Amino acid sequence: MIRSEILKEIAPILRDQLVVCNIGIPSQELHAIDDQPTNFYMLGTMGLASSIGLGLAIAQPKPVIVIDGDGSVLTNLGTLPTIGNNCPDNYILMIVDNGSYGSTGDQPTYTGKKTDLAGMARAAGCDNVVEVQDVDTGEALQAALDSGKGTVMIVKCDSGNAKNPVITMDPVIIRDRFMKAVAS
Amino acid sequence: MSISKKIVDDFVANDVSFITTVPCKQLAGVIDEVEARPEIFHIPSNKEDEGMGLCAGAWMGGKRPAIIMQNTAIGVTINTLATLTQYYRMPLPILISYRGELREPVACQVEMAVHTKALLNQMLIPTYHFHKESDADELDAILKYTFMCNKPVAILTDASFWGGYGDQ
Repeated sequence: MIRSEILKEIAPILRDQLVVCNIGIPSQELHAIDDQPTNFYMLGTMGLASSIGLGLAIAQPKPVIVIDGDGSVLTNLGTLPTIGNNCPDNYILMIVDNGSYGSTGDQPTYTGKKTDLAGMARAAGCDNVVEVQDVDTGEALQAALDSGKGTVMIVKCDSGNAKNPVITMDPVIIRDRFMKAVAS
Repeated sequence: MSISKKIVDDFVANDVSFITTVPCKQLAGVIDEVEARPEIFHIPSNKEDEGMGLCAGAWMGGKRPAIIMQNTAIGVTINTLATLTQYYRMPLPILISYRGELREPVACQVEMAVHTKALLNQMLIPTYHFHKESDADELDAILKYTFMCNKPVAILTDASFWGGYGDQ
């Protein structure tokens, strides 16, 4: 499965949750599949989805699901120790690990070679790290939500992108409707 | 009252309850004070752009954030300031140790000091420079201004403000 197929499959789970979605094609795909005010789309700032989601999860009690990527986490590796040492129970970091920088032309990342993100997350202090195959994503995500424990999920899947238009919504509107959904 | 305590008192009085820090020797007293206050969730970050991401999330979650860092980090955070904090119009007080100014003992610090105000100016970030201890009297107003206008606002604090580097 590629990322967009996974997102389609888990859209019913994501719909009622606060979601922080990674820059580029992941946000375009989620936006096209099921746009919700509970989705925070990153339009720029490579690497910071996990950090934005962590700040959000610490600041308020609702579950937060971050849809991140292997390339993005590699860009901001300092995030893993910060998560490992501060992870609240309402934080789920789902790293879609397709071994490539999808938004820039599927150049390979190091996770497709020797680098093991699950091992890195564990070594950084993250207590609940699960590695799952693409077809099991929905079940694992629901289990993480039901567990009530902060979780880092590494979802191994194929490289590839769906073709969707860029998000033209104004960033302040994305942010404002998201904050209203957080507060509701 | 110590200047570090006064600064953190102003943060607390303005309902700033989520602070991320990347250390600097000059800021050690403030960071200790942030860590000691039960009203503040203190989360050290490993890099300043990561810290600004944390602050963006905390603000959307209903908490007023701040970041404490060194001016060298202006070079690290330009993209985040432009494409996250400013683009989504979020408030962020940035308390900055202004290394490389008068009384600086480390020559390399001057290399970023000469770019600091120019970069902040280029980014259209309102910037205040604390040189004397009494300059901190404006911090309360600066914090109110930041959360009024929803912009990142920089507060540069130089070595003279902190009383120099002692015996270094």
